[in-house]
Amino acid sequence: MRPPAKPPSGKPPAAPPADKGASKPASPAEPESADPSVKSARWQIRVRDLNKTFGPQHVLRGVDLDIERGKTNIIIGGSGQGKSVLMKHLMGLLKPEEGHIWVDGVDLVPMNDVELGRIRRKFGMVFQYAALFDSMNVVENIAFPLLERYSLSREEVMERVRDLLRRLDLGDVPGIEQKFPAELSGGQRKRVGLARALIDRPEILLYDEPTTGLDPIATKNVDEMIRRTADQFNVTSVVISHDMASTFRIGDRISMLYAGKILVTGTRDEVLASQQPELREFVETSGAVAMGALDPPRPSP
Amino acid sequence: MNEISAEVPGQGPAATDDRITLKGAVETALTPLWIFFGYFGEHSMLLFQSFVWLFRRPFRLRLFLEQMHFVGVGSLPIIMLVGLFSGAVAAQQAINALAIFNQERFVGATVGLSLAQELAPVFTALMITARAGSGMATELGSMRITEQIDALNTFAVNPIQYLVTPRIVATIIMMPVMTMVFNIVGLGGAYFYSIVIKQIDLGEFIEYFTFWTDPKDYIIGASKAVVFGISLSLASCFQGFNARGGAKEVGLATTRAVVSGSVSVLVLDFFLIDIFHLLWPYKS
Repeated sequence: MRPPAKPPSGKPPAAPPADKGASKPASPAEPESADPSVKSARWQIRVRDLNKTFGPQHVLRGVDLDIERGKTNIIIGGSGQGKSVLMKHLMGLLKPEEGHIWVDGVDLVPMNDVELGRIRRKFGMVFQYAALFDSMNVVENIAFPLLERYSLSREEVMERVRDLLRRLDLGDVPGIEQKFPAELSGGQRKRVGLARALIDRPEILLYDEPTTGLDPIATKNVDEMIRRTADQFNVTSVVISHDMASTFRIGDRISMLYAGKILVTGTRDEVLASQQPELREFVETSGAVAMGALDPPRPSP
Repeated sequence: MNEISAEVPGQGPAATDDRITLKGAVETALTPLWIFFGYFGEHSMLLFQSFVWLFRRPFRLRLFLEQMHFVGVGSLPIIMLVGLFSGAVAAQQAINALAIFNQERFVGATVGLSLAQELAPVFTALMITARAGSGMATELGSMRITEQIDALNTFAVNPIQYLVTPRIVATIIMMPVMTMVFNIVGLGGAYFYSIVIKQIDLGEFIEYFTFWTDPKDYIIGASKAVVFGISLSLASCFQGFNARGGAKEVGLATTRAVVSGSVSVLVLDFFLIDIFHLLWPYKS
């Protein structure tokens, strides 16, 4: 493991953004984690002053964000605000012009491809439309990360694939193992995508707008799947979403990305109490509160 | 700054938009050149990265074999069909031209030479571009827009090593093989037209063919096929790999791949034939 990277300059990095409009500070500073370059028991990923431009477009303008270990962290924001760009940075798929991303105290930004390859093993990513490989069947898709990274016996790989299929309620679907992505329903495809992300037992799971394009029932099922996965597999979840009902249903910690910056960050209740006008407008327009998103979650039958 | 002002006397300076500056004129004139060099640079970078990744672990032999099957075996029927008729048409034209001098017996030499050095490598390249090149561009393009290439990255698999390198290498290997197939089938077509239809003497056909065509003619043809293989597969992979947007853009990327692949084959052919004849002069 590399030694923890030091902050770029002599001055200490900026503290996480505090929600000025909230009744109490949304992100109380913790003495043990003041220095983001030091591995923290609470924060698994720490982002400071992240800047990214694409040509004339300045997409991220100094993002400061903390991802809490073992919790479901949601990043909300309107379309085109840079949520997916931020997520790709968290995994080192994009390089920022400025800023730092510490994963367990190790800075991703100066890493080369080989080092990034090693750190990416901590991550699993569930894509918006699953991004399953068209030319492979379900088993080959799920086993892909294992076959690429290790020399395991066929029995061992199949055992892990079948175990995941069972745990994600796909075990009883007839002939699922030999089906190709085009033969699966939207929900099945999402679960196969999740199985592929989970097969190498990642510590952090990234979900890119997992409920986009789904009907309300399917959305609720995906929400439950995210919640259950976080509990069952003990992973840190980072979910990119603009679905406020889902956000309040499953989020332990919510951050709002607006105009390339994190505008508000805090727990579900802290965010709800925020008087930040852009956030209020976002929440109220979505109708999530009126729809009962704040009611305690009921166990699924 | 030197500028040609469009100022109208007595009316003050014209609006900035109406001015033709020297810098602007030069920039406009050089834009196509910049675009060309930009494309050339990007293609060169992709080719360089593909070859660098060829020598890095892990080596996935299965991917290379799959692509060789797709480019070679998959293209075999169309190559054989086109080869048969190209040989026959070449013989037809040669006999018509040689008949003016009453020298139809040279048809074996004429068709053999044209097939070995020109027709076989160029037609094979055009057929592979149309069939395999378009397939590569479409497949990579749809993988790009459905985030499958991003997914490879998340598993720490380099997409150039996994997708581009096997396609370019497979095309380089299979192009000379398919060119030889084209040659054989093309000669079959020429033989059928000349001997069976036009009743040319078989002995003379073979005698002049073996006298005028050498192994070096086939080496020139195969070498050209290798260069064409690089250019057509690179054009296809580049367009597919860099596709953005939706289905329409994938379609456009495929069109660009076929057009740029075919044009590059014909332009390279013009330069290559002179280069090869400097190395191996014509038989006199």
